[in-house]
Amino acid sequence: MTNEADKQETPSGEMEAPLKAEVRRFNFYYGNAQALKEISMPVAERRVTALIGPSGCGKSTLLRSFNRMHDLYPGNRYEGEILLYPEGINLVAPDVDPIEIRMRVAMVFQKPNPFPKSVFDNVAYGLVVRGITNKTEVADRVEAALKGAALWEEVKDRLEELGTSLSGGQQQRLCIARALAADPEILLLDEPTSALDPIATAAIEDLITELRERVTILIVTHNMQQAARISDYTAFMYLGELIEFGATDELFVRPKKKQTEDYLTGRFG
Amino acid sequence: MDLNTATLSTPISSSMPYPRSRRRTTHPLTERIVEALLFLAAFSAVATTVAIVVILLYEALSFFEHVSLLEFLTHTQWTPLFERAEFGVLPLLAGTFVIAGIAILVSVPLGLLVAIYLSEFAPHAVRESVKPFLELLEGVPTIVYGYFALLFVTPLLQKIIPDLPGFNMLSPGIVIGVMITPYVASVSEDAMRAVPMALREASYAMGATRFQTATRVVLPAATSGVVASFILGMSRAVGETMVVAIAAGQQPNFTFDPREPAATITAYIVQVAMGDLPHGSIGYQSIFAVGLVLVLITLFFNVIGQWVRRRWRETY
Repeated sequence: MTNEADKQETPSGEMEAPLKAEVRRFNFYYGNAQALKEISMPVAERRVTALIGPSGCGKSTLLRSFNRMHDLYPGNRYEGEILLYPEGINLVAPDVDPIEIRMRVAMVFQKPNPFPKSVFDNVAYGLVVRGITNKTEVADRVEAALKGAALWEEVKDRLEELGTSLSGGQQQRLCIARALAADPEILLLDEPTSALDPIATAAIEDLITELRERVTILIVTHNMQQAARISDYTAFMYLGELIEFGATDELFVRPKKKQTEDYLTGRFG
Repeated sequence: MDLNTATLSTPISSSMPYPRSRRRTTHPLTERIVEALLFLAAFSAVATTVAIVVILLYEALSFFEHVSLLEFLTHTQWTPLFERAEFGVLPLLAGTFVIAGIAILVSVPLGLLVAIYLSEFAPHAVRESVKPFLELLEGVPTIVYGYFALLFVTPLLQKIIPDLPGFNMLSPGIVIGVMITPYVASVSEDAMRAVPMALREASYAMGATRFQTATRVVLPAATSGVVASFILGMSRAVGETMVVAIAAGQQPNFTFDPREPAATITAYIVQVAMGDLPHGSIGYQSIFAVGLVLVLITLFFNVIGQWVRRRWRETY
């Protein structure tokens, strides 16, 4: 795999969309344990890229590298590059301020985690953190974000209620609204529907398809059908390595690697 | 072994009553003795509390046969040992609350800062070494704090406020505040650390700094525990005895000026209980009356503290 990664560079040649980010020979370590090995893959702008693979394959670890979440815990180490375009800065470089990166790369987590604040304050949080205090501007952007997350109609009369009082599906859309309010360039979604029922899941999937027009989306999912439904590109990972990356239609119909095929057909152990 | 397999294969066998009941009856005496001892241990704590309350109530009631409740609650002089005795509890209450108030003004910001630092900023090694120190501070005998207030803090304050009397409420208030800071800090820190990591991650993921995360997410989410720590700290400040008895001057004085000397409820009890008052005299009974007031005040704060803790528990 290592050798192949060397040779193959990045398969960006076959992509019609411009690059928003690019992972280049990226390694990640939890202490001494290497969790990601020589990952190289492109992230197309305003497209949905799905990371799939069995539990423990490193897909969430890779996702959380994009907004430097690993910096919160001691002993973690990045090696290699994740370039963020248009400037091409290496966002995992130690001299790059993780806060700057998180301002541009927003994240939604597996389990809905609204703050114990009002619906309004939840969405406004990213703006407040950025020092935006103009009341009308905040109100406008909160409304726009809630509309963007397809939640406005349901909560417009209960903006002062606690975000935690909403249903699970609404909470997750609230978290998406919170992430959208500050106009991120990339939206990271870490198994955003795994804690939700099928109806709430469908709502989130529709939303992702809509958001694709506005923002680059990187989504981790353990649900292959979900990846097939909503993503443009798919990366299949196994044991910390990137086994195969390609256009979703291509990868699901004609996987090039046997491991990918085994996983997609459910023959994986 | 044989018995076990037998009972296993025939769980409800009526042909086996003897061995089963014998297994029970071989240990009943020691079992019962242990059970009784444990019960007594638990019961003694309850019994002591009940006995204290009963005695307080009994003596306080005979006090109120001589002094009307109205006089007790509204008069502004507390001179039970004088020729013309006056029984207005207000000076003692004022002293108690001024000193406890100063203590809270000191311990809330200090304790909160310590809690925020330990919970959100301190590296693991620092946190693990500072916490035992905090607990050590909690264990310093209060009489040490009392002399610290009288002999160190008061002279220091007199350099800033030249006409400050040697006995005053400011100095013991500050020292009690320092004294209960570890308690406030430790309870607040526990509450803040109980805030799920998922909320911190959500905040950091939005580009928040550590300070923003601590003050805008963690602290509000930990409100119940933090407010409870203030109230329980207040309760301890109200009940504190030695520091005020030593440094505040033991003169009941109806004033809210922290520069004045004053006595608190606890200080009065110490002062009178150490003298040789005849059993059953009005002065003797007055101890129980003010003691009852003190119990009610601390009980009130503890109940409020527990209520606040429960009330906002489920917010995350």
